[in-house]
Amino acid sequence: MDPARKRKLRLVMALSVAVLLAGALVYTSFAGATEASTPSQLKASAESGRSYELTGKVVDGSVERRGDGLRFAIRDREGTERLPVNYQGVVPDPFRDGREVIVSGRMEGGTFVAERDSLVTKCPSKFTKEETS
Amino acid sequence: MAFAGTACLLVGLITALYAAVASIAGARTGRRELVVSGRRAMYCLAALLIAATAVLQSAFLRSDFSFKLVAEGSSTDTPTFYKVTAMWATQDGSLLLWALLLAVFSSAVLFLTRRSLRDIAPWATAVLGTLAAFFLMLMLGWENPFTTLAVAPQEGAGLNPLLRHPAMMIHPPMLYTGYVGFSIPFAFAIGALITRHTGADWIRATRRFALIAWTFLGAGIMLGALWSYTELGWGGYWAWDPVENASLMPWLTGTAFLHSIMVQEKRGMLKVWNVSLIIATFVLALLGTFLVRSGILESIHAFGASTIGVQFLTCIIVVIVGSTALVISRLPHLRSESRLDSLLSREAFFLLNNLVLVLLCVFVFWGTFFPLISEALTGTEASVGPPWFNAVTTPLALVLVLLTGIGPVLAWRRITPSGLRRVFVAPAGVTIVALVVLVALTNAEDSVLALAMFCLTAFVLTVVGQEMLRGTAARRVITGDSWPKAAAGLLARNRRRYGGFIAHAGIAVLFLGVAGSSAFLQQRDLRLSPGDTFRAGGYELTYERATARLGGDGAGTGAPIAFGAVLTARKGSESFTLHPSRNFYPTRDPSKGSIGRYFEGEATSEVDVRWGLHRDLWTAVRPDISQLEGPIQEANRKFADSSGDVQAVVIAAIAERYRTNPPPAAFRSIVSPLVAWIWIGGGIILLGALIAAWPTPEARVRRVRSLYRARVGRELSGA
Amino acid sequence: MVLAAVVLACLVALVVLRPLVEGPGREVEEDARRAELEAAKEAKYREIRDAELDRGMGKLSAEDHRTTDRELREEAIEILRELDALEGRSPRA
Repeated sequence: MDPARKRKLRLVMALSVAVLLAGALVYTSFAGATEASTPSQLKASAESGRSYELTGKVVDGSVERRGDGLRFAIRDREGTERLPVNYQGVVPDPFRDGREVIVSGRMEGGTFVAERDSLVTKCPSKFTKEETS
Repeated sequence: MAFAGTACLLVGLITALYAAVASIAGARTGRRELVVSGRRAMYCLAALLIAATAVLQSAFLRSDFSFKLVAEGSSTDTPTFYKVTAMWATQDGSLLLWALLLAVFSSAVLFLTRRSLRDIAPWATAVLGTLAAFFLMLMLGWENPFTTLAVAPQEGAGLNPLLRHPAMMIHPPMLYTGYVGFSIPFAFAIGALITRHTGADWIRATRRFALIAWTFLGAGIMLGALWSYTELGWGGYWAWDPVENASLMPWLTGTAFLHSIMVQEKRGMLKVWNVSLIIATFVLALLGTFLVRSGILESIHAFGASTIGVQFLTCIIVVIVGSTALVISRLPHLRSESRLDSLLSREAFFLLNNLVLVLLCVFVFWGTFFPLISEALTGTEASVGPPWFNAVTTPLALVLVLLTGIGPVLAWRRITPSGLRRVFVAPAGVTIVALVVLVALTNAEDSVLALAMFCLTAFVLTVVGQEMLRGTAARRVITGDSWPKAAAGLLARNRRRYGGFIAHAGIAVLFLGVAGSSAFLQQRDLRLSPGDTFRAGGYELTYERATARLGGDGAGTGAPIAFGAVLTARKGSESFTLHPSRNFYPTRDPSKGSIGRYFEGEATSEVDVRWGLHRDLWTAVRPDISQLEGPIQEANRKFADSSGDVQAVVIAAIAERYRTNPPPAAFRSIVSPLVAWIWIGGGIILLGALIAAWPTPEARVRRVRSLYRARVGRELSGA
Repeated sequence: MVLAAVVLACLVALVVLRPLVEGPGREVEEDARRAELEAAKEAKYREIRDAELDRGMGKLSAEDHRTTDRELREEAIEILRELDALEGRSPRA
């Protein structure tokens, strides 16, 4: 096989592999992704059984610790509608009232049942202004 | 004093712009004095930024709360170490750090290349000066670290307790050294493209900077992982969080760059690839800096929506568009000087290695930005998590480790098939033996991927060992030295090659740790009362008693209260104790009560890890203080206005209640096999990088002598 | 703040504008070229040594090594020739 044809063959092979990889990448990511949602969105329209990634703020005073688990209410960043959350697993250190959290899980009835250990609390960059003396 | 800092920034901005303008003017008109003037401007910029940093640091150390940054990030009771490092815990301070590092590195490289790279250096200065000006503009316009408060508060807010860990404070400067370090080869690449001097000169001049940047970036990533493992309550070291990924991506392309520049140096190939790679690395470094501060991706790190996101994005777009246009316009000058002779050559495998690394980077990029991509394509924002990342990166990681074992064995241009056969006999043999031993004696076959990685590690280590042995033997033939002397001589004369091999060994060891700890992790979450026992990792662990400590935190975090547990672990004759605890930091929120505020502030998990080469035993505790609510509320009422001493006694009494009568606490125990090898592997990589970066004395001596000769010649002609 | 800025600006200007005042420097164009050639020479010597080492370790066959060595030495000679040309222009002690 002359070198020019060899190089063309290599190119075609490389391109086909690239297309296959790209296809695999796109397919697996879309198939395995969890949809991001806010509490108001979930309250309005949630498919039961579907996995969602819920982002919002912890409603002040709503945190209850029971046994191994945690119950709290979550609301939109700027909103008042609450969604109750049932959570089991490790609670990150920064978790408390008013903090922004991300938690994955599904809707069951009117409650968001969270996946174990999926609670993430965002690091506050500095102490909030309310805490200056 | 703050005005002095702002003055430094303002004059710095003018100086940086002057450096850029003067250098360009000097390059275009050929007037050397303008170029020299531009270079000196860069030196002045470094001096100004050092001065500005000194002003800010002195404010932190003096607890000068008229500085907004000090008031928000420090307090009088913050330990000194954390006062110094608090500067880069904030957006403004870290911009200053970036600018400082940029100016210092630029000055260093311009000083080192002041007699060479006549054509390229001025353009590189212009790029670096413009970049510095951008950061200075960001600070002066939007995020000035020297902002003052009209009324200085009595006490500062203190450093976020989660950041009170030595690793966490060294981690940002290391990452930034990495990011900024890559801007140097980038600037010289742009200069090379503009002046059409696309040979290997710009690479030779900046290779060491690229290596140093790569090393610091890698160390920064490792420190972040170590911090995550030892400080956070979930016990992992990598979560594929967008911010973690943002630091990993430039490291991946940077690794590819370090390899492919060797191909250009030796064979004059891959010129387009190299400039594209360094441009991509630099853009990713900017992206890494910007991502942490933008709020465009949901992350545990995202410090909220930022005021400088748009500016950063603009900068990144300008860099991408400008560089791409430049590369395209110079394509005729970027043709390869030679062709690939054989697929069994180092060049071919370096190309393959580059492909794998870039592919890894693309995958990580796709997954990191997936929320934005899916939103753009389908209208709903969706994200992918660690399972997806692990699934797509693991096969590539295996291929990568395989390549790190094959690369060292090859030669440039081509290796004979018989030579190849001879060289792979021992490593292949050792790998098969390892496979058999692992399957027979351990349960490694439970995870096929981990087993594959273990065997590949054996392969790579054998290859590296064999290379060093045979290299020493070959050297002995030439020099007749003893074995140790020949080995030392080999290392000294071929630092780049053998430093690289050692780094490869480190990578294999690191992945050994990753495979072991991810595939064979055992995690247990339990609620225990004193006296309860459980089994983990072959040990029998007993929750002996609860602890309550007031003040005097050994780790220097400044936490006044810590509740914890003492666990004893026993296996046969071996026994040791573990002391996980939880630190409680006071809040300044007055609504929590004067006693209650000590229990209602931030709390951090103080993990206790029993390190081991074979496995780590990691424990964390979450004490249940809900039963103390009653006494605390009562104390709030009774002792609201008491003196500090009385309050201390009350708090001690409440703490004692917990200690003597603790309710069941939530424990997490994780047994991670081989995780220590990740850190050991990192150390080996560092060693290899150091050896590779160390300047060879011979070249230095010869260079100096030639300079003297030149000076004599010059002075004779001038006399 | 303005006073501080003006003072700093003057200091910087002092350092930065001096080369413009002094005029074209005594640095000769050839110093730069010489440094570049020296660096290229070092790199080429390293390649020749690497090839020898590879031969000693059996990675390169005798024939391959001869070819490679010859090519590299040719390239090294070119560099030395350029260096000598530079030296020839300025008289040596």
